[in-house]
Amino acid sequence: MNNIIKRFIPQILAILFVVLIFGFLTLNAQTNMDNRGIDFGFGFLSQESSFDVQFSLIEYSGSDSYARAFLVGLLNTLLVSFISIILCTILGVIIGVARLSSNYLIKNTAAWYVEFFRNIPLLLQIFFWYYAALRALPMPEKANAWFGVTYMTVKGYYIPAMVWENLNVFLYCGFAAIIAIILLRNYANKLRDIQGKQIPVLLYSIGLLIVLPILSFLFGGVSLEFEIPELKKLSKISYIYEGGISLPPELIALVLALSLYTSTFVAECVRAGIEGVSKGQKEAAASVGLTHNQVLKLVIMPQALRIIIPPTTNQYLNLTKNSSLAAAIAYPDLVLVFAGTALMQTGKAIEIVSITMLTYLTISLTIAAIMNWYNKKIEIKEK
Amino acid sequence: MFKIIKQLTSLVAMFAVLFAFSTETMAAKKSKTLENTKKRGFVRCGVSQGLPGFSNADESGNWTGIDVDVCRAVAAATLGDATKVKFTPLSAKERFTALTSGEIDILSRNTTWTLSRDADIGLTFVGVNFYDGQGFMVRKGSGISSTGEFKNGTSVCTNLGTTTELNMRDFFDSKGISYEPVVFEKADEVVAAYDAGRCDTYTTDKSGLAAQRTKLSAPDDHVVLPETISKEPLGPVVRQGDSVWEDIVRWSLNTMIEAEEYGVNSSNADMMKTSNNPAIKRLVGAEGELGAAFGLDNDWNLRIIKQVGNYGESYKRNIADTGILPDRGPNELWTKGGILYVPPAR
Repeated sequence: MNNIIKRFIPQILAILFVVLIFGFLTLNAQTNMDNRGIDFGFGFLSQESSFDVQFSLIEYSGSDSYARAFLVGLLNTLLVSFISIILCTILGVIIGVARLSSNYLIKNTAAWYVEFFRNIPLLLQIFFWYYAALRALPMPEKANAWFGVTYMTVKGYYIPAMVWENLNVFLYCGFAAIIAIILLRNYANKLRDIQGKQIPVLLYSIGLLIVLPILSFLFGGVSLEFEIPELKKLSKISYIYEGGISLPPELIALVLALSLYTSTFVAECVRAGIEGVSKGQKEAAASVGLTHNQVLKLVIMPQALRIIIPPTTNQYLNLTKNSSLAAAIAYPDLVLVFAGTALMQTGKAIEIVSITMLTYLTISLTIAAIMNWYNKKIEIKEK
Repeated sequence: MFKIIKQLTSLVAMFAVLFAFSTETMAAKKSKTLENTKKRGFVRCGVSQGLPGFSNADESGNWTGIDVDVCRAVAAATLGDATKVKFTPLSAKERFTALTSGEIDILSRNTTWTLSRDADIGLTFVGVNFYDGQGFMVRKGSGISSTGEFKNGTSVCTNLGTTTELNMRDFFDSKGISYEPVVFEKADEVVAAYDAGRCDTYTTDKSGLAAQRTKLSAPDDHVVLPETISKEPLGPVVRQGDSVWEDIVRWSLNTMIEAEEYGVNSSNADMMKTSNNPAIKRLVGAEGELGAAFGLDNDWNLRIIKQVGNYGESYKRNIADTGILPDRGPNELWTKGGILYVPPAR
């Protein structure tokens, strides 16, 4: 009996303490808000927002609701995080491997890159890329075409838009190709386990990915046309491109800054992971007759990944949270659109800030869950 | 068992601390802003982060501007010294939270008086110290001479968290023009982006355009279009719930405007005590007991006029002489063709 009390009383008290603090904070906020005549409630979410947003992945105008403005901001945050995570991973792996190169020049260039970009505050890098880009880029009418049809200008990067017909048929074909590849892989694994036969899975997979979509063009009625951006005059001295898709310079600057900055941390994770695999493993693998590529693919990387994944997850989370610095350069992310404009227009500070906090928490937990699942998948399966 | 008792007493102690906290916040709410201001010895005033003519700090940290003068007038009325003001520079986004949370007691930061701000978010507007309207600035070389010449795809730079964002949407929607809003948190960033050619036009209150134009690399290459697309009555704001403080701020501003109407200024205020006009005598505290209504002495308005000056002096010093808007336009007295009109101080 005494034992049980000893074990549980401190825990109950701790919980009580937390509840009390939250209770006090809520009560305090409530009485203060009542006193100042401020209402609390989420009804504003369905009201008309009456402001426009520069860049949106979904249809949006000022006559839509605040809830939709929230969604616009959220999608923009996810977009910039997603692109930056992919870019920083690719860059990070390259730099990380380069740091282990035996070539003096490559090794030191990579080391300098890491030291340079990770030691300058991110906000400064964002400002640098934005204002440097704005100053350096040409006005639309003076821009040279890149690849013939894309234009990098001070007002954004203009690329051709794809105009599809029967897009769904094309997507079904792509989907079918992916299912076929998964089935093929399972079959190939079985074949190898039972008969010891190897079939070139990669080659077949690429073939499937190319052939099936092409069939959809030939027989599925799918067609694709490109809408190429064309110069249009706004006034005597100002022009824009019309048609096609415009990527705003704010997005480009933000992606550049975030991925260059975070790639340095990813590079260090990769380097640590590869160096963390003991030399004996490599030598043992070589001595049983595996080729250099096989050693890397089958022995080193699977073990290195176990060391790389957990700290890299942290970097992905940091990147996502850092994307909120977007507000400084007018990229309409969640913080700018929702915790900025919407907050100002409604005055619902507590409601909007708590929604925004919960949203970032959810995004972070989701990324962590995905990475943990991947980590579980590649960890040593002890039987 | 002894241990449990010990833990319980600590819990009770914790309760006591929490209770003490909450009663203290209750007490603070009951006390008047005026009492706190007198106890503190200075007026807490929220201003902009630098808008020439309205609220702007020089190299040595001295604030000047017509918004600043409102806070100085309140300090002169309540504390007897117009210099006893602590200025807090605020972004458009922070301003209302700073006021409702009690960090400042007056928000005098070129803030537009609208229904939703007045009614919704725990604020009370006390008056108008500048009648403004939203306009557009474009490059002279563009050949655009009116807002009717904007075309689809025009990119527009502006500030976050302002009525400007809403007016701009109303304007372009009503004209059926598609536009690209590029919205920055700080005014300096808007200026930098517009200057770099990111946007075709820069929109905000016309007084703001006139002031920010001076910060561009080549101010003469830019022009403010003649049209005004909105009403922007700018004025000081106080927290809801302290009507005495609200009255003090309102009548400090009104005193400045009425003083100009009756020709009372900082240099002749003392002489006006012997004026034949009772309205003037009331204005300089020589007749009536006007200050008693707010719990102030009878010289409160005389101090405002002597230390800060009347509205006309403030406008001339801050806006006309600095070349921002030499023409007073609607901000002229109603007796001289403007719309500046305040209720009588009696």
